[in-house]
Amino acid sequence: MGPAFRRLLPYVLRYRRRFAIGLTCVVITTAIQLVSPWVLKYAIDDITRGATRQKLALYAALLVGVASVGAVFRFLMRRILIGASRDIEYDVRNAFFARLQQMPLGYYQARRTGDLMSRATNDLNAVRMMIGPAVMYSTNTILMFVVAIGIMLSIDTRLTLIALLPLPLVSISVKYFGSAIHKRFESIQAQLSDLSAVVQEALAGVRVVRAYNQEPHEIARFKAANAEYVRRNRVLIRLQGLFYPSLTLFLGFGAVLVLWLGSREVIRGRITLGEFVAFNGYLVMLSWPMIAFGWVTNILQRGMASWKRMLEVIDAVPAITDDHVTEAGRAAPLLGAIELRHLTFAYPGSGAPVLADVSLTVSAGQTVALVGATGSGKSTLISLLPRLHEPPPGTVLLDGIDVREIPLAALRGAIGFVPQEPFLFSDTIAANIGFGVHDEAPENRMRAAAAVARLDKDVEAFPAAYDTVVGERGITLSGGQKQRTALARAIMMDPRVLILDDALSAVDTYTEEEILARLRAVMRQRTAIIVAHRVSTVREADLICVLDKGRIVERGRHDDLVAHGGLYAALYRKQLLEEELAAS
Amino acid sequence: MSIHDEEILGKAYDARLMRRLLTYLRPYTRHVALALAAIISASVLQLSQPYLMKLAIDRYIATGDLHGLNRIAMAFVAILFAAFALDYIQTWTLQMTGQRIMFDLRMQVYGHLQRLDLQFYDRNPVGRLMTRVTTDVDVLNDMFTSGVVSIFGDVFTLLGIMIVLITMDWRLALVAFSVLPLIVIVTQWFRRNVRESYRTVRTWIARINAFLQEHITGMPTVQLFRRERRAYERFDGINRAHRDANVDSIFYYAVFYPLVEVVGALASALIIWYGGGWTLQGTIAIGSLVAFLLYSQRFFRPISDMSEKFNVLQAAMASSERIFKLLDTPVQITSGLGARGSGLGSQERPMLRATHAPSARPDAGEGHIAFEQVSFAYNPGEYVLRDVSFEVRPGERLGIVGATGAGKSTLINLLLRFYDVTEGRILIDGRDVRDMELAEVRRLFSLVLQDVHLFSGTIADNIRLGERSIDDERVRRAAQAVHADRFVQALPLGYASPVAERGATLSVGQKQLLSFARALAFNPRVLVLDEATSSVDTETELLIRDALHVLMAGRTTIAIAHRLSTIQDMDKILVLHKGQLRESGRHQDLLAQRGIYYKLYQLQYRDQDVG
Ligand SMILES: Nc1ncnc2c1ncn2[C@@H]1O[C@H](COP(=O)(O)OP(=O)(O)OP(=O)(O)O)[C@@H](O)[C@H]1O
Ligand SMILES: Nc1ncnc2c1ncn2[C@@H]1O[C@H](COP(=O)(O)OP(=O)(O)OP(=O)(O)O)[C@@H](O)[C@H]1O
Ligand SMILES: [Mg+2]
Ligand SMILES: [Mg+2]
Repeated sequence: MGPAFRRLLPYVLRYRRRFAIGLTCVVITTAIQLVSPWVLKYAIDDITRGATRQKLALYAALLVGVASVGAVFRFLMRRILIGASRDIEYDVRNAFFARLQQMPLGYYQARRTGDLMSRATNDLNAVRMMIGPAVMYSTNTILMFVVAIGIMLSIDTRLTLIALLPLPLVSISVKYFGSAIHKRFESIQAQLSDLSAVVQEALAGVRVVRAYNQEPHEIARFKAANAEYVRRNRVLIRLQGLFYPSLTLFLGFGAVLVLWLGSREVIRGRITLGEFVAFNGYLVMLSWPMIAFGWVTNILQRGMASWKRMLEVIDAVPAITDDHVTEAGRAAPLLGAIELRHLTFAYPGSGAPVLADVSLTVSAGQTVALVGATGSGKSTLISLLPRLHEPPPGTVLLDGIDVREIPLAALRGAIGFVPQEPFLFSDTIAANIGFGVHDEAPENRMRAAAAVARLDKDVEAFPAAYDTVVGERGITLSGGQKQRTALARAIMMDPRVLILDDALSAVDTYTEEEILARLRAVMRQRTAIIVAHRVSTVREADLICVLDKGRIVERGRHDDLVAHGGLYAALYRKQLLEEELAAS
Repeated sequence: MSIHDEEILGKAYDARLMRRLLTYLRPYTRHVALALAAIISASVLQLSQPYLMKLAIDRYIATGDLHGLNRIAMAFVAILFAAFALDYIQTWTLQMTGQRIMFDLRMQVYGHLQRLDLQFYDRNPVGRLMTRVTTDVDVLNDMFTSGVVSIFGDVFTLLGIMIVLITMDWRLALVAFSVLPLIVIVTQWFRRNVRESYRTVRTWIARINAFLQEHITGMPTVQLFRRERRAYERFDGINRAHRDANVDSIFYYAVFYPLVEVVGALASALIIWYGGGWTLQGTIAIGSLVAFLLYSQRFFRPISDMSEKFNVLQAAMASSERIFKLLDTPVQITSGLGARGSGLGSQERPMLRATHAPSARPDAGEGHIAFEQVSFAYNPGEYVLRDVSFEVRPGERLGIVGATGAGKSTLINLLLRFYDVTEGRILIDGRDVRDMELAEVRRLFSLVLQDVHLFSGTIADNIRLGERSIDDERVRRAAQAVHADRFVQALPLGYASPVAERGATLSVGQKQLLSFARALAFNPRVLVLDEATSSVDTETELLIRDALHVLMAGRTTIAIAHRLSTIQDMDKILVLHKGQLRESGRHQDLLAQRGIYYKLYQLQYRDQDVG
């Protein structure tokens, strides 16, 4: 429990005053809980002795009075403590999300969305239960326990010790079952994560599943995960089924011992019958704390197991940060000159380098094109510029400064990026285009960006135009519309560097031509890196680089490369040949 | 209302929901009966303990009978163990029944999700649907395990106490019961408010989940566009609203429990006042008064207990309402009634049939496809396709071109019955697809979607999906045909290499190749390619095209492409423009028409020519 528990403390201590007040309320409530039976006792004693009407009225009023005071504190207790637990839940959830925001692309590629979601929902809930209700009830329980034992001690020390003889058994049981429940619960939560991930994937890929008649297979897969979840729960249920009654059982042993030994004491005349009866009464009082105790143990163990799972995210160390930022980096003008110096890059965890010894200089305002076979490393190369993945030190420079030394926000703010697979948010088209612009941008700028991307004619055909809300990931748009929205989004940022990763692959030739014509005007004042498979897209670039297996094997202008007769020329001929073949 | 919002819940019809929920108990009546029996026996044993104590005191301590005391102690121990066993049985049967019911319910929800129309998926974010299958079902579990059964117990206790009180002294019983209207009022107030606030809480939870889901999947985009602060602020806003809604609902709980206790104290006070008075007058015995007080306290405990469970019930009702709503969402696209051998209600069991059907049957049927005056609108009134007619003969190769957004992918969506036509009809071998079995229609086709989707698992899993009849050799051959074999072999584990969610660690072209390989591995009658090589380099594309010539010889191919070169040697080319079929024919015919296709072609050709 140690370190994980220590990490929880700061969240709790932030509300220490409220916890202090709330716990005080618990104490008062418990005290009042213990007082009201006394009022009743006195009332009955008085009635037995023949009280007056006034006295009766007094007792009646006292009963209601005490209960009302108790009610006020009980109200405060719940309100304050459970309220504080909600505040902590809020803090933890924010911390969780804030940390997720700092985690780089690689982190998400190694994890499943369903799993992260499960931590943010199911596990957080278990943690809150531990902080709120469990703390409230355990305080109450412990108090009741202590008071009852105190009273018992005042009646008879020896009997009390006898009654408490099974206590070591209780603590062994709590310890054993506690850690067993903890372990089981961890594995259940892990399985719940798994289940979520299975659902998440099958639903996200629903079209593939349907197209290939894979529903039975997906159902079978889900069934297996579901059955495993039940199986793991079964073990937990068995533990719980043994744990709760075992506490009652041990308490019962105490009662038997008291009955057996205590009655002998009575017969020997060491204690009176009345004392014996009263003692037994208090022993009964212990049974509720015992039950609550088991319950609290359960919640605490679950809470801690879940908290550990949450900590795995909250305490994750972001790999891409502003740690290396220098003064020079902070003051960089960011004009858009890009340099790669002997860049060799391998994805962490997978051995062979994807990029090998790549050197490239792009002066500000130039347009550079990257072509190369599938998997040759084009996307990898450009992902290093905005530090989606971390380049080795001193290999990727912007305006002569290592990108690692430039604050992330400034760096990314200078780059307009159109990913190969664009992600849109389920929001209006206008909001998606304006995604990278932080102040209220004028509507006409948004329209201008849409016009460059040739999205305008499509959008104007929609009944709600730019206010059309797109589905999850932009699902209600056509492939080309999605791509062009992403393009407009990047242009809208008015960046120094524009990066297009195969950004026109889903666009027809005619529209592509229109877009390229407009882009040329846009790119005139900025550095642009264009990845494409079509010669038509890249031919006008100031520099064309051909990547092959992570190396730049050719570079130059279109005409030079064609004349040079290498890979590019071959590519060009192939594409040209196709067209000519068709024309003939 | 954005699609993130949980549907606003209708009026709670608790009774109806409850009845429907209880039907899930039906297969497990025996288990529930066993649990109930265990609960009742346990409480009898519980009650016998004071009696044993009384026996010990009255009989044996008074007489100093040590043997008797020993016997009592033995009996006590026996009872303790019996109670232990009963408790265990009760927990075990009850919770396991809960688990089994949850298992059933989850399977039912998930099975339904596997049948629901794609239109439904357009409107419902995955995050929300996940909540249905996981969290909502778990909430119901709480009810089955802690709520329902013990509430029955509570009700019996209440009735029992009322009977005892009335038989003891009906006047005093009336006095005690006089506070009941107060209880009713308080409870009503509580129920009304808690229900309201619980709904608000649920709405916010759903928004948190949808927001998280979307931002976890789109985090790289958030970071690239430096939206972290804004996203955080929005998240903070939702999170805060969720907290505040919760704090509001705490208020009702915090007021309710103490209030019930005060009312209970009021009852005690009344009993003291009236009962005490009557005792003084001698019309009631002091013993009865004491008993009355004790019982009346017992009376209020189940009431506040029951409201504690109300919490659970409330949550369960809200969850079940949403689950049932999902289960009640009708499936529009189902196997047709004229489907072959559909003896069983085709609406009900397409899943089962699909399970038993062999998967790849390339020679099933001829595969003659005809669109007859097909019009289609995703949203009523907004036509995306208008009056499209064409046919594809078996073995023919069809190309579809057209500007982006023209409706090409939509055509495919209709062909595979992801959606149903709004007007007109689609015939396969002369039969309306709506009359055919769904699996039968889809089995004809292999589809490479424009948006590639890979699952986490291995490379081989992604090619063969769940189809065990596709052996490793076939997987490899399919991969070889699309030239994916090379890069797969280069991976450390080859075809057994793990694939991340959505194939995140592969290049986009590689993903496309894998999904192409998948289509070939299924050995379809008709291959449908929606921009299947858009992210693949020219060399590989040409190689694939050559391979297809051989592989798909004699079989139908339908290909959508923007690069005219990809489709120009097809048997027939359709030119789609703004949802209408404007031209169709062979490449040369289309060029001769000097229409849209000609213009498109000019553009590409001129472009090449300049170099
Ligand atoms: N699920 C949907 N719900 C509502 N509208 C949709 C949906 N899918 C597509 N649309 C709209 O229907 C029109 C046609 O889309 P479709 O995907 O068929 O185009 P496409 O010809 O395939 O274009 P592209 O070449 O860009 O892929 C577009 O305007 C698109 O916005
Ligand atoms: N996150 C990752 N982890 C491990 N390997 C990766 C990762 N992303 C890409 N790769 C591998 O790195 C190589 C280069 O991938 P990259 O995406 O850069 O190719 P690309 O040139 O953009 O190809 P395409 O034209 O298909 O988009 C591929 O072999 C790919 O499998
Ligand atoms: Mg790429
Ligand atoms: Mg499309």
